[in-house]
Amino acid sequence: MAELDIDAVAGPDWGGGVAPFTANTKKLGMWLFLLSDSLTFSTAILAYAYVRLASSSWPRPFEIYPAIANATFLTIILLSSSLTMVLAVAAAHRDEVRKAVMYIILTAIGGAAFVILHLGEWFRLFAEGVTPWSNQFTVNGQPGDPLFGGTFFGLTGLHMLHVSIGVIYLCIIAYGFGRRKFNADHVEVSGLYWHFVDLVWMFIFPMVYLMSVNLNVKS
Amino acid sequence: MSTHEIAATTHHEVGTKKLFMWVWFWLLVLTGIEVLLAYLRLEPHVMLILLVGLSLIKSALIVAYFMHMRFEKIGLFLIIVPSLVFCLVMILIFVFPDSVRIVNMQTIHM
Repeated sequence: MAELDIDAVAGPDWGGGVAPFTANTKKLGMWLFLLSDSLTFSTAILAYAYVRLASSSWPRPFEIYPAIANATFLTIILLSSSLTMVLAVAAAHRDEVRKAVMYIILTAIGGAAFVILHLGEWFRLFAEGVTPWSNQFTVNGQPGDPLFGGTFFGLTGLHMLHVSIGVIYLCIIAYGFGRRKFNADHVEVSGLYWHFVDLVWMFIFPMVYLMSVNLNVKS
Repeated sequence: MSTHEIAATTHHEVGTKKLFMWVWFWLLVLTGIEVLLAYLRLEPHVMLILLVGLSLIKSALIVAYFMHMRFEKIGLFLIIVPSLVFCLVMILIFVFPDSVRIVNMQTIHM
């Protein structure tokens, strides 16, 4: 059997030089990853909405203070870290290396603060008896649906994993860009990832926290 | 590492610091409105529609300005967003009628 000539079938290796959609290939790759990742989060949020809608004993335990106030503060941190990231990308494209690295590090600090504060909230909930498989809430005299904890920790945990990976990613980018191993395109692509993590929180915050605000106002 | 990997492929100024500050400001304002809605304790379905609407506006702002989509070629937008919307609509069509059916079953039996 004659040996298959790959070049004849598939063409020679792509030598680069043509940027699809005038976006560099790293950027296009990141956009395609974010497309698939947004479907991961969408299905997770929709699964949460499904079990919640189908449940007759879904608890709404969060008070404005401290739970909603804490989550609002987390939202402000993430939005502000997105602002510093967008300024980092702009500085990187202007070739202001020190400024860009400073902004990237500020962004990573924002992300780390988010993870630490969010973990603190998790442990407070654990102490109150809310775990991924049980909770102590009652709804109309019935025990609250245990899936409340499962969906809460599942969704916020998946997001927290993304933030943690983002913080590591940004630290690598800051180091590499500072040492001139990476260029402004690398910074821009890491920015895309970071803004996406922020964007996902813009859905998790209202769906998980604000929709679970306690309807019985304490007088 | 070859030299073309070091040099950035494109250099175009996309947006000013002032623009990004404005986008950030409006994202904070929209977040504030969402929290206010929770404070008012509206009916769950009214709340859900308003919150999803506000979240979509916020994510559009993030994608358009922070992620620079507004400054990209339209082709990039066309391969990313319509396919995502299509997938989400398909999931919604298949999933939600069923959860409503389960709720109706519970009300009949109770």
